[in-house]
Amino acid sequence: MSINWFKYSAPTTFYGLAGKMIPWFAFPAAILFVIGLYMGFFVAPVDAQQGEFYRIMFIHVPTSILSMIFYLVMAGYAALGLIFNTRLSAMMASAIAPTGALFALISLWTGALWGKPMWGTWWIWDARLTSQLILFFLYLGFIALHASIDEPRRADRAAALLAIVGSVNVPIIYFSVKWWNTLHQGATIKFSGTSMQITMQHTLLTMTIACWLYAIAVVLARVRSIILERERKTEWINELPEVRL
Amino acid sequence: MLEVSNLACSRGDHRLFSGLNFNLHPGQIMQVQGANGSGKTSLLRTLCGFLMPDEGDIVWHGQKICELAEEYHNEILYLGHLNAIKDELSGLENLCISAGIAGIELEEKEAVTALRRMGLRGREMLPTKVLSQGQRRRVALARLLVSDAKLWILDEPLTALDVGAVALIQELIAAHLARQGMVVFTTHQPLHVAGMEMRILALS
Amino acid sequence: MKKSSMLDLLVLVIRRDLVLAMRRRADVLTTLIFFVMVVSLFPIGVGPEMDMLRKMAAGVLWVAALLASMLSLGRLFSADYLDGTLEQMMLAPQSLSMLVLGKMAAHWMSSGLPLVLMAPVLGLQYDMSMRSLGVLIVSLLLGTPVLSMMGAIGAALTLGLRGGGVLLSLLVLPLCIPVLIFGTGAVEAASSGLNIASHLSLLGALLVLALVFTPWVTAQALRISME
Repeated sequence: MSINWFKYSAPTTFYGLAGKMIPWFAFPAAILFVIGLYMGFFVAPVDAQQGEFYRIMFIHVPTSILSMIFYLVMAGYAALGLIFNTRLSAMMASAIAPTGALFALISLWTGALWGKPMWGTWWIWDARLTSQLILFFLYLGFIALHASIDEPRRADRAAALLAIVGSVNVPIIYFSVKWWNTLHQGATIKFSGTSMQITMQHTLLTMTIACWLYAIAVVLARVRSIILERERKTEWINELPEVRL
Repeated sequence: MLEVSNLACSRGDHRLFSGLNFNLHPGQIMQVQGANGSGKTSLLRTLCGFLMPDEGDIVWHGQKICELAEEYHNEILYLGHLNAIKDELSGLENLCISAGIAGIELEEKEAVTALRRMGLRGREMLPTKVLSQGQRRRVALARLLVSDAKLWILDEPLTALDVGAVALIQELIAAHLARQGMVVFTTHQPLHVAGMEMRILALS
Repeated sequence: MKKSSMLDLLVLVIRRDLVLAMRRRADVLTTLIFFVMVVSLFPIGVGPEMDMLRKMAAGVLWVAALLASMLSLGRLFSADYLDGTLEQMMLAPQSLSMLVLGKMAAHWMSSGLPLVLMAPVLGLQYDMSMRSLGVLIVSLLLGTPVLSMMGAIGAALTLGLRGGGVLLSLLVLPLCIPVLIFGTGAVEAASSGLNIASHLSLLGALLVLALVFTPWVTAQALRISME
């Protein structure tokens, strides 16, 4: 059985497919969130060194990891759009950006909430948090550039190039920030010991998957509205029940 | 020879034209006509390679221009709405630099001769910001005299020119066609080339 | 009429841009004055205590150089874009990357190099040692070209946009952070008497990477913006 991938690379067909897929991601996401948060705040044991406050990690860690992964996925779609000239790839990249930026912001905010009880300050300049901040700026740059260009094709391609340049730079930035941090003997956020309790691991995994599913659902919903907006002058859009009112 | 087949172009959401076909042979001149906003400038810019067409091919001497890239650039001369001259530089400096970028090393004497032929005697060394609109256009058009490009793509070349300059440009185009060159242009003013049959491409 | 080579073209573009910068000296000088002002603002803001200023010196000078570079990048392509010379350059029968490299080089010579020369003078305001000042010059010499080149990508992407200089800075500043870190690291290592070789060689590596990749990326960005 061969799937005809190219059938779904056109906005027209993808619109319908995305619509059908959203509930399949949204409901499991909601369920896993409930389970994960319950596990994180009630089931997982108290940490030896950090007490109750460490529980914010169950939100901080998934959002950090995912914000980095989403940037690479976004850059991947952007590259596809540039190389193969497909409109849908560019739309996907634009759809991922706000979610990625949101995750980066949540990661920063939860990092701050974690830092206050630990270190007494609302912010610490450790390597990961600082890199996360820079990643947030990279997301904002992508969104700002896309929003500043009126002509949609130029906007897609310019933002795509920026995303690719950014993703190539991310390893260099991360390395240099780690270097900077060790030079200045900065603070580091760590868990107590290298082996984590098994419940904590399960909770982290659950929350990570929950966030991922949520992100996919949201991105699909967003790409649908981007398709509606971009293709608003074509016939098939005006045939849709939601548009025809 | 320039062959255009099934060309379609859009700007933003708006489709300008589609299914465009024409061939241009050495010694031929073609005028692109159409109302404002019908896509004349976009067509010319697509012929230069700035804009990617939605569909269709542009073929020069049997090869697509997107594959030829720099070799194709060697053979064309484009004059758009903007003069492409720097205000702070003199006419002479501008011409030498334009030629240099186009790959031609121009001697100062040749440049001065060209500018004088364009009616700028005595003004070659002045910074172009003190020249009038028409004189600046003449500096821009002086490139026609020193270029060895085969295809001239001219977007409203006669803007701001007086009657004498218009006649001069018509002469230059005629000479270029006689040397087996090709010209594609748009204009809002009448342009007649002596003894040449002008082909018309009308965009609706 | 002879045909010119790639090197001739590079020299032509550099000379052209330098002549233009000379004739519009105001643009070049305002960048330099901005640099001086920012560096002078910090002591006014944080207090004149020499110990603290000495510690801040490397960072302040580098951040000021970074900001001044961002400001000056606006004019890399915009003047040529507005009068049509940029599209003629894109129709050149030679590689666009070569032309872009020429413009970057000329831009650095007219914006970056003055900063490098001015910095030691300002470093004295912060009571930096001779050794630190020497390393400062070298680090800026290696780092400011990278800033020019990374910034050129931003300048090419934001051609003709309303957001202008601020948008350019927003896009490029995160990408310039490694240069900032290695540059200031080198100067601080010098003032603490530590080995500077690793910092400077990392800066050198960034410079080489930038030289190899940024002209081509900028050329692509220009093509995207000119469509």
